[in-house]
Amino acid sequence: MTQPALEAVIGLEVHAELLTRSKVFCGCSAAFGAPPDTNVCPVCLGMPGVLPVLNRRVVEFAIRAGLATHCRIAPRSVFARKNYFYPDLPKGYQISQYELPLCTGGHLDVLVDGTVRRIGLTRIHIEEDTGKNLHDVEDAASLVDFNRSGVPLLEIVSEPDLRSPAEAGAYLRMLRAILQYLEICDGNMEEGSFRCDANVSVRPHGQAGFGTKVEVKNMNSFRAVEKALAFEIARQTEALAAGERLRQETRLWDADREETRPMRAKEHADDYRYFPEPDLPPLVVDPAWVEEIRASLPELPGPRRERFEREYGLSAYDADVLTQRKDLADYFEAGVRAGAAPKEMANWTTTEVLRLVREEKLDAALVIREWPVTAAQVASLARLVQAGTITRSTAKALLPRLRGTGRDPAELVAAEGLAQVSDRGALERAVAEVLAAHPAQVAEYRAGKEKVLGFLVGRVMRASGGKANPQLVQELLRTALARETP
Amino acid sequence: MTALNELSLRETVARVRRREVSATEVTRAALARIAAVEPALGAFLTVCEPQALAAAAAVDRALAAGEDPGPLAGAAVALKDNICTAGIRTTAGSRMLERFVPAYDATVAARLRAAGAVLVGKCNLDEFAMGSSTENSALGVTRNPWDPERVPGGSSGGSAAAVAACECHAALGTDTGGSIRLPAGFCGVVGLKPTYGRVSRFGVIAYASSLDQVGPIARDVADAALVLAAIAGPDPRDATSAPHPLPPLDGLDGPVRGLRLGLPREYFVEGMQPAVETAVRAAVRVLEGLGAVVEPVSLPHTEHAVATYYLVATAEASSNLARYDGVRYGLRVPAASLGEMYEATRAAGFGAEVTRRIMLGTYVLSKGYYDAWYLKAQQVRTLIRRDFEAAFARCDALVTPVAPTTAFRRGERLADPLTMYLSDIFTISVNLAGLPALVLPCGVDEAGLPIGLQIVGRPFDEPTVLRTAAAYEGATDWHARRPPG
Amino acid sequence: MAITHDEVRRVAALARLRLAPEAVARLAADLSHILDAFTRLQAVDTAGIPPTAHAEELALSLRPDEVTNPPADEALLAGAPDRRGRCFRVPRIIE
Repeated sequence: MTQPALEAVIGLEVHAELLTRSKVFCGCSAAFGAPPDTNVCPVCLGMPGVLPVLNRRVVEFAIRAGLATHCRIAPRSVFARKNYFYPDLPKGYQISQYELPLCTGGHLDVLVDGTVRRIGLTRIHIEEDTGKNLHDVEDAASLVDFNRSGVPLLEIVSEPDLRSPAEAGAYLRMLRAILQYLEICDGNMEEGSFRCDANVSVRPHGQAGFGTKVEVKNMNSFRAVEKALAFEIARQTEALAAGERLRQETRLWDADREETRPMRAKEHADDYRYFPEPDLPPLVVDPAWVEEIRASLPELPGPRRERFEREYGLSAYDADVLTQRKDLADYFEAGVRAGAAPKEMANWTTTEVLRLVREEKLDAALVIREWPVTAAQVASLARLVQAGTITRSTAKALLPRLRGTGRDPAELVAAEGLAQVSDRGALERAVAEVLAAHPAQVAEYRAGKEKVLGFLVGRVMRASGGKANPQLVQELLRTALARETP
Repeated sequence: MTALNELSLRETVARVRRREVSATEVTRAALARIAAVEPALGAFLTVCEPQALAAAAAVDRALAAGEDPGPLAGAAVALKDNICTAGIRTTAGSRMLERFVPAYDATVAARLRAAGAVLVGKCNLDEFAMGSSTENSALGVTRNPWDPERVPGGSSGGSAAAVAACECHAALGTDTGGSIRLPAGFCGVVGLKPTYGRVSRFGVIAYASSLDQVGPIARDVADAALVLAAIAGPDPRDATSAPHPLPPLDGLDGPVRGLRLGLPREYFVEGMQPAVETAVRAAVRVLEGLGAVVEPVSLPHTEHAVATYYLVATAEASSNLARYDGVRYGLRVPAASLGEMYEATRAAGFGAEVTRRIMLGTYVLSKGYYDAWYLKAQQVRTLIRRDFEAAFARCDALVTPVAPTTAFRRGERLADPLTMYLSDIFTISVNLAGLPALVLPCGVDEAGLPIGLQIVGRPFDEPTVLRTAAAYEGATDWHARRPPG
Repeated sequence: MAITHDEVRRVAALARLRLAPEAVARLAADLSHILDAFTRLQAVDTAGIPPTAHAEELALSLRPDEVTNPPADEALLAGAPDRRGRCFRVPRIIE
């Protein structure tokens, strides 16, 4: 197969639902899951004479997102009306930002295949969500629920800097992690709190201008985004190779048939007639407030991952897993502070603890507050293993028993006499007994069959009820086997 | 002995508070007057007798219990029917909302109620406040109380007629391009458009958001001031309402000696009705006689005001009226498809003038035309504001006619929309600049029709506007005249 | 300043207004007539002049993030032209 001469050019537009208590322009609850048309009022129903009033926390969250992505925060930004007709759009216009958005010119550093790529962000702005259309099961009608109308959204637009579906996936995962670290969005694509549309085109390598751009919508997971992009890039490449002209259009991803299909052509391409929203004066943001927010930002996933590698000597993979979630990273560091060796703590966290968390679906929450076992308990376990007090297998067995209790594992070990036997004298006697009982294996070992050692270690472990220190047993066996002569 | 419904609002409230007359009696007098004149006048679209009597009874109970019933206790008031009233039909003069009953009050309605005023009904208007004669109402005809063949002005024609005919003590109107001031002038009463942001727009059905303001219509300046005081002030539900509290208005009868009054030369145009010019100039001389100093000023961009207004206002209106789509409330014309439902509903719901303005507004915002029309108009608007700023560097207030003519005949200006638009030339710039302005009567023409004088002030300087108007009123008696019947 | 019938139909579609053929002609004439009169605006020198997007020099005031509205009661939904349960009902939306 020849090298493809075309490169893909991808830009992503993400809409993130913000975790505020109330909606962006009215005092209705923004919570998910209420019965239809319950969290509504005249304002978010677009009734005659109503007016929008902006939620302060929405601005704070937007600034947080902008600062975390190195954007410039506009001291003065303007709201605008985007005018179109749709049943889920109660006013017949969406309040958004157009010419003067709140945040511009940021970037995300994204790890793809071991390399860090900087992806530009064009803008982040505030807008309101629409209601939801549902099909009426009974007949040819549609039903509209306005609970979601007016829920705050951030629209986050990347530069067309992405070059592959894998990069797009990595960008989305990093962006989501950042929003979750900031606790402003729970990043759930399946539930619709984190939505992604893509713009894709192809062009010959080295060409500065862009090819025909196709918008792709209806991708409901990160995997769907990657698959849809791969499909679309292939489709465009093949079309061009066949001498076809590409149409600038919007296509929908069909997850069942795994293909993109053109959207039904609209009679008139929508002309949104943007103009500044007269009901909202310009948003002026106090620089002191911005600095306050900047000072309150947590360490973000990218820098934290790098620090974990540097400071704790963790592998890139482990550091990445641990920093996917802020609460997981916090947990890990709490354990290190409590005395566990970093690599040990990393190991325990990414295997045993993460398994428990997933079993109990605790990772569904934005921030895990109640852990099945505390970092201190895990740290204590790790230290007991490090010190040789218990074996790793004993520790693993202990973990589920600590669940939900506040008990220090050291105390449990002492109470039940679980400490492994490291008394040389006692072990030497056990070794001697085993060697005496298994002359055939002893002979095989001396004849050069190294593997038999494992069997002999196993016998000593069994005789000690599993409590013998296996490294010590091995050492003593080797010594004894080397020493004795038939 | 003056009939109860002909007393001033102040005097009525004073008597009610002194328990010389009950709020219920006052309300009954208003309702009786309404019943008597409405068949010929048509000022009201809805009369809310049971609610009015209940409100009056509540005022009387409060008084009997020794509680303070409020500064407007017992006053009979009416609201233009684009101001939402909970549980009471609010139509905006349109088939689109002919049966709409809001579940919420406009802030101004709630504030009047809290002040003890009694709402007697909702007044007729040009549909969605678009018009200068009230002839664009889809739901009723309002005549000028001075001459039934003439228009009451618009779009708050019903409110002005109701006050002039003593059906209520005061009314609220809205003013986007002159819609309080023009009907006040045509009906011989006092109408005040406050500074933009002075009064909350929450619950007021929007026409042009950056221009709309709610204001009082009353039979004299002091009554208008009292109503303004009850409704003005910041509202957390309106982000465009200004934080400035209304300054105390007790200096109304202060002197105007030394007050600098400007006469914009562009407001004394050729083609003005001679009687109007005569009366306004006579009014200016009265003010000079009281010690005001009058000088000519120029507002050079006045000639572009009508164009600027109709581009900005219709653009905003085209967007504000998009919510009337038959989905959640109001009229719906059933249809097989969604698109057909939208189109059929809006075609049936909107009248010709509203349709025309939505079309114009949509056009000037659309791709390719935004810069040339909408953006350009907003830039010229800035120049118009700067004209006023320059004038107010030398003057404390401006004095102009409210319109080039007195009330015109019904049907006279319907053939060419532009002719109707030009009724607003003296009022429109004030909205573009967001300034406070008051109109009061300063004469009558040969046919006995009222002539209105307009006083324009600096932003948030309602006190100077009211003081100047009160001084003129105190030296004349035009405001005491009543229409026949 | 001639507004064509096609222009009128395009604008009417954007505004979801159905116009009878006579109305299209009349509006074309009306809009042309009005915009003709407004053409003089183009001659005004507005170089460097900022547009007045908002009527006064106000900065946007913000509200605290609190739920101040109770769950909606029937009254708000009562005016709906068509409903099923608590949902508003419209002719089928075709994607």
